[in-house]
Amino acid sequence: MGSIEQSVQSTDHHGPAKGITRWLYTTNHKDIGTLYLLFSLTMFFIGGCMALTIRAELFQPGLQLIMPEFFNQMTTMHGLIMVFGAVMPAFVGLANWMIPMMVGAPDMALPRMNNWSFWILPFAFSMMLSTLLMEGGAPNFGWTFYAPLSTTYAPPSVTFFIFAVHMMGISSIMGAINVIATILNMRVPGMKLMDMPLFVWTWLITAFLLIAVMPVLAGVVTMMLMDIHFGTSFFDAAGGGDPVLFQHVFWFFGHPEVYIMILPAFGVVSEIIPTFARKRLFGYASMVYATASIAILSFIVWAHHMFTVGLPLVGELFFMYTTMLIAVPTGVKVFNWVATMFRGSMTFETPMLFSLAFVVLFTIGGFSGLMLAIAPADFQYHDTYFVVAHFHYVLVPGSVFSIMAAAYFWLPKWTGHMYNEAMGKLHFWLSFIGVNVTFFPMHFLGLAGMPRRIPDYALQFADFNMVATFGAFLFGFSQLIFVYNVISCIRSGKKATAQVWEGSHGLEWTLSSPPPYHSFTEPPAFTSPHRANG
Amino acid sequence: MRRNGRALLFAGLFYAPLVSADWQVNLIEGATEISRSVYNLHMVIFYICVAIAVIVFGVMFWSIFWHRKSRGAKAAHFHESTWVEIAWTIVPVIILVSMAVPASTTLIQMYDKNSAELDIQITGYQWKWRYQYLNQDIDFFSSLSTPPEQISNEQIKGENYLLEVDKPLVIPAGKKIRFLLTSNDVIHSWWVPALAVKKDAIPGFVNESWTRVDQPGIYRGQCAELCGRDHGFMPIVVEVKSPEDYQMWVAEQASLKVVEQQSAQKEWSQAELMIRGEAVYKASCAACHQLEGQGIPGVFPALVGSPLMSGDSAEHIDAVLHGRSGTAMQAFAEQLNTVDLAAVITYERSAWGNQGGAVTVQQIAELLKE
Repeated sequence: MGSIEQSVQSTDHHGPAKGITRWLYTTNHKDIGTLYLLFSLTMFFIGGCMALTIRAELFQPGLQLIMPEFFNQMTTMHGLIMVFGAVMPAFVGLANWMIPMMVGAPDMALPRMNNWSFWILPFAFSMMLSTLLMEGGAPNFGWTFYAPLSTTYAPPSVTFFIFAVHMMGISSIMGAINVIATILNMRVPGMKLMDMPLFVWTWLITAFLLIAVMPVLAGVVTMMLMDIHFGTSFFDAAGGGDPVLFQHVFWFFGHPEVYIMILPAFGVVSEIIPTFARKRLFGYASMVYATASIAILSFIVWAHHMFTVGLPLVGELFFMYTTMLIAVPTGVKVFNWVATMFRGSMTFETPMLFSLAFVVLFTIGGFSGLMLAIAPADFQYHDTYFVVAHFHYVLVPGSVFSIMAAAYFWLPKWTGHMYNEAMGKLHFWLSFIGVNVTFFPMHFLGLAGMPRRIPDYALQFADFNMVATFGAFLFGFSQLIFVYNVISCIRSGKKATAQVWEGSHGLEWTLSSPPPYHSFTEPPAFTSPHRANG
Repeated sequence: MRRNGRALLFAGLFYAPLVSADWQVNLIEGATEISRSVYNLHMVIFYICVAIAVIVFGVMFWSIFWHRKSRGAKAAHFHESTWVEIAWTIVPVIILVSMAVPASTTLIQMYDKNSAELDIQITGYQWKWRYQYLNQDIDFFSSLSTPPEQISNEQIKGENYLLEVDKPLVIPAGKKIRFLLTSNDVIHSWWVPALAVKKDAIPGFVNESWTRVDQPGIYRGQCAELCGRDHGFMPIVVEVKSPEDYQMWVAEQASLKVVEQQSAQKEWSQAELMIRGEAVYKASCAACHQLEGQGIPGVFPALVGSPLMSGDSAEHIDAVLHGRSGTAMQAFAEQLNTVDLAAVITYERSAWGNQGGAVTVQQIAELLKE
């Protein structure tokens, strides 16, 4: 009797369950968003420790701390964990928290599936991390796992890796379906697609990318599984297969994947810069079209990762031109952000600092990307530290900084408390210096001829490697400030108002801070001040 | 500092681009027409990027400085301008076209593989390169010659640490040389920055590339595609000789062949085989099976106490000669000569307390004839 009464009661006031079951069984978009973000932060630190292991080994020439096998395992796991465990789940977490609130919905469209798509991840990553303890060690063939190194010559743990990738893919697809269903079906009456905030737009496009390419990844790992265990020869030349086929299939997934990791970042920054410039976003419509163009182009440029595999001349030219073309919509976005700042009334709170750093450093990553697009020059850059510098500039001060910016921007909304601004700024400046000291010298190392993924190097690479290692430790340890700031924000921190920032507009800021457990139980009035398109 | 000074000294003696001073921040111009046009292309694009950066970040920092709330800036209300947005789509397109033209020209040049005067097949192995001069009787393996003691920091590192090999690729200056690249196991990538040649060596494929080096010299590079545990220890050294010196080198190779054949005829004692075998083992086997034959659990089997080492020698010999398909164990019959094969098998069967006993050079020679 008692339990029935209790359940009736809890249905009445719609509050969260108590204890661990709240988190295990939750179908609430905010709880799931929080779970995703905490999971991502955990993975960020695990992947970060691996990065520091790599950097510590590379501090000086010679083998000091770890042996080459373990070095290869670290580079592989670092890449996989950061891509699939840290960056992607962080954006899904932000989507879960913010999209229903931004479109005026009570929750995600498919809440039970939402619970599933999160809870698959801890299992997938436990499986992946467990390979570190297996005989023969963890996957050691790089995050791109090129065949035949990953099929014929890999440790037995590769099978666990394949199943872990399958599970991550399932999780991502379910998350993407949920995002699309929420955005298309649950917008408040009166909100047209071209009224939506850019964060919602970028996620809508990202979700379509995810649905398009995650099955390709699943396909390629399944082909590997068949080659390893069932006697097929998809990638084995001796059996009539083709090792280059692996790369075509992998990069047909892999190139859109890099945009999956940056498009939501564009959305975040497009929310933050107008807020702190106190001015509407410049060129809303062209931002939307640019995002869509980048997404479409991402499907026809995959072979620029393969300029050295021996493509025919026509192929090289085609992929060179299409890759260069991506600079146009990306440029439009950068120009629009700068035009938004121009003649604004700017202040520099922590989220704005991270966003400004994003614009500058992401653009530097874009420049090196343009250089890499030039096929004849790419023969010199390919698979060197120049590439490492390039993609870390777009992924760390790009994706990761935008996630940090988003966390600071929305923390007061999520928790109802302000974070410590001074500590936030300290975190920003240490991260900013750390990132540049780590990754800028890698451009020089690559141009001077240091290949990537080597555990030991020739003497002329010694000095810049030492500098990069200092930077990496500075960046890594300064992230602890962020953790401390978040915890103290949740526990204490000044009360935050509903609007939080002077320049904020949009539906999410009409809710109290923290918002009620079910965001909008009644569809809110959607009027012109809340429209993103001005 | 000591390293710096020595590098500068050596830079004067040889033109060895990878061994220039520390803190090198840019691509090298290289030693071929192609490498110089790649360098120029690289610089042009770099300067265009710098120019764009100055303009875009200039406007941004102008705004950050002048349009601050703390300076009393009031926000303007514009948020659209069709002609501005069209302009900043068109202008980048024009810039891109101006980059694409020289890039395409260089690329087309690089793909012109006609009228080569010498063909060399390069095969990637875990973790060494094989160079076969087509239509000539020259065929050898080239592997890292840096002593393991330097890698493990027990010895001072040498000038060309990790960029030195036992037998460099030798080519004549001023001649167009075509490379045919393939691989025996996984994907490798043959890269020498001074020649601006980087091409993947893929099992089951033959890729083409070419070079023509103007001046004699020593040019160094490394494998550029992750190929397993010793990926970082797979250097490439190209020795470019004047055509006369090159001819002398070719003649020398023929006489070396004769010496090798004579040594295979000689009676080898077990003690001699053990000494030679240890050297071969260090160069060809220790990377996987480790110096003490202990192997790496789950990856490379141990040789110490292995039944294969003490049992019937035929099975052991077969594994060394023909490899084990589906594993990293290579077929050494093509890589080592008969004496080296007999020596290393004898060494493995008798070292570290193994009780397998010796095999003879004749035994191996018989098996290879079959």
